[in-house]
Amino acid sequence: MKTIIHIIRKEFLQFKRDPKMFGIILIAPIIQLIFLGYAATLDLNTVHTIFYDQDKTTTSRNFIEEFKSSGFFQIDHYADNYEDVQTYIEKGKSLVAIVIPKDFEKKINRRETTQLQAIFNGSDGNSASIAAGYIAAITTTFSKQIVKDFIDVSGRKISTVGKISAETRVWYNPELKTRNFMVPAIVGLLVSIVTLILTSLAVVKEKEIGTLEQLIVTPIRPLQLIIGKLVPFLILGFVSVTIVIVAMNIIFGIHVRGSVVFLFFSSFLYILSTLGLGLFVSTVSKTQQQAMMIAIFAVMMPMIYLSGFAFPVENMPTIIQYISYVIPLKYFITIIRGVILKGNGFVQHWFDATMLLTMGILILFFSALRFRKRLE
Amino acid sequence: MNLKRIRAIAKKEFKHLFRDIRMLLILLLFPVFLLGIFGYAVNFDVHHIKIVVYDEENSSISKEFINSLTKSTYFDLVGYINNDSQIREILDGKKAQSVVVIPKNFSKDFYSKQETKIQFLIDGVDGNTANIIQFYSTAATQSLNAKLTTEVLSRAGTKSFVPIDLRPIFWFNPDLKSTRFFIPGLIAMILIITAAVSVSLSLVREKERGTIEQINVSSIKSSELLIGKTLPYVLLALVNAAMILIAGYILFDVVVKGSYPLLFLSTLIFLIASTSIGILVSVVSDSQQVAFSIATMVTMLPSFILSGFVFPIESMPAIIQVITNITPAKFFINVLRAIVLRGVGVFAIWDQLLYLILYASILLGAAILIYSKKEAKS
Repeated sequence: MKTIIHIIRKEFLQFKRDPKMFGIILIAPIIQLIFLGYAATLDLNTVHTIFYDQDKTTTSRNFIEEFKSSGFFQIDHYADNYEDVQTYIEKGKSLVAIVIPKDFEKKINRRETTQLQAIFNGSDGNSASIAAGYIAAITTTFSKQIVKDFIDVSGRKISTVGKISAETRVWYNPELKTRNFMVPAIVGLLVSIVTLILTSLAVVKEKEIGTLEQLIVTPIRPLQLIIGKLVPFLILGFVSVTIVIVAMNIIFGIHVRGSVVFLFFSSFLYILSTLGLGLFVSTVSKTQQQAMMIAIFAVMMPMIYLSGFAFPVENMPTIIQYISYVIPLKYFITIIRGVILKGNGFVQHWFDATMLLTMGILILFFSALRFRKRLE
Repeated sequence: MNLKRIRAIAKKEFKHLFRDIRMLLILLLFPVFLLGIFGYAVNFDVHHIKIVVYDEENSSISKEFINSLTKSTYFDLVGYINNDSQIREILDGKKAQSVVVIPKNFSKDFYSKQETKIQFLIDGVDGNTANIIQFYSTAATQSLNAKLTTEVLSRAGTKSFVPIDLRPIFWFNPDLKSTRFFIPGLIAMILIITAAVSVSLSLVREKERGTIEQINVSSIKSSELLIGKTLPYVLLALVNAAMILIAGYILFDVVVKGSYPLLFLSTLIFLIASTSIGILVSVVSDSQQVAFSIATMVTMLPSFILSGFVFPIESMPAIIQVITNITPAKFFINVLRAIVLRGVGVFAIWDQLLYLILYASILLGAAILIYSKKEAKS
């Protein structure tokens, strides 16, 4: 026990000696959280639009007015011909061009159906489909108004038939803000980066400098060395979880609705597996450069892409979904989002927590075994 | 500047690269491998939305509606419930993404000319997906409404009147698949990390081992040293870029619509910009640990989140929009999307290329300046 404490103290001394590193560990996550928290949004607030109004009548102008007053559309340009439309869309300046046909008003007055063209720059499929939804909503309202006006003028009762409408209610995140979805996940990502990199580098560094040899010839047992090396990073991991959650609360006003104790408990379970992965990376690499590249490509990138951090796991092909089951961050992000946004606890997330615990123990056990063999 | 000396440095750096075969393999093969896996993972195409139905009416119309929902690939029925209290349990436990509630007097209300509402309770944690679910739900209800209205009206001998028929047309990507939009971003991200991180270590390693002193006392100028160090990595990254684009073509059908020489030129400029980040990091940090941490912090997450790869830059707050200029990936993604997806020529992207050149010169200039100052001090 005493030896372990000595090693822990030695690690902390090394931290203290390297102030640049210390700053990176403690301050960088907050700065990143701020930038990323504000930037990570898929909400489409402004749809850059151009209108090509071939009709130029009161009805068509009223129609355009509807778009202006909705607040979602910013009209960049009024086109006079199709070439104009093409340049704007091709250059990627505008997301959509709405073409109002020549006989727009005439046809409506004759109670015929008129066709409205909306040409999208579809290269960003997600934004295009959301914008299409907005346009459909405005057009439907406008159509309804026309029908209602007709019926009013002809003096008949307004509803000749019944009506079925959808009432959608969004739970947990009524304003549909992507930020509420992203920020908690960024917490998980930052914690992984901090703990994983530090562990993988700390061991390889001693290898490269040659001080590992000195540690081996001392009476310290391998297990003591592993524990002594890992505990400081566990503590640092906890510190960064705390900092980031407090910052999230202060900066973005996102409160933890569920149990904070459970959140920290699962962070502990999760950090077990990142520490294990870090240790593993350090055993397979000879130089710091190798360790870093493996840490980035084999561990961190899969975490970003396959954990459901930005891209929902449900949308992925089945095979890729199976691969995502071995990513510990996937379970941790599910827990973070559940606890912070839904107010969930152990009851809803016992499975994720168990998975984290199992993976943590397995990864840590095997890397420790590998590490021990290398030492002896 | 002396070309011969630059070549000598570059040659030495190449030897370093080839001596560490494991490292070289990681640098060359991993990016392609990652593109293969991640390319399938990056999409926002919402299909198979899991729904649970609470049908309070159980009439032929309500059943027909549920059938029409599940027949499309957008909704998957995962179960029925029969009381209100189960809704929370289902959404809390992520068992379904939406609960559809059909009210008791659904068809009776409709046929007695009243308004009736189908409720969709949606798990909003993922705001983007929820938005799309909302859109599909409304569309499904509207088509049911239109169908029943036409039926009722035709029985009464009149026709329904729809004034405006909206015809959306999607250029460049008719089936609105998001994968092809994301592939250029993925390429940019993989390239920038490979380039910046690998270079950032090259100089620091010499510092840590002390071999930098020997270089300093030689007649090599700092600009020659830095350029010579960068060149091999730029070449390596260029090979990487070619392999990734071929993989993108084979695996994801990403055909380059525009001109290849233009694509090559812009990739080269982007790679120079990315390696200059690495060089600057390398100059300011004293240990590989610090260099690596800074390099990942400034390349990995920003190129993912600030570059417009996933999150549209126009939706960000104004200050953040300015800050997005710190990552060259932003400009390269614009260029790639323009050349690869829209097939446009140099007229649409020259400003982006100019930014990239400016970016690279500022960073390289700063690196050379700081390095020569440090050298003068020691």
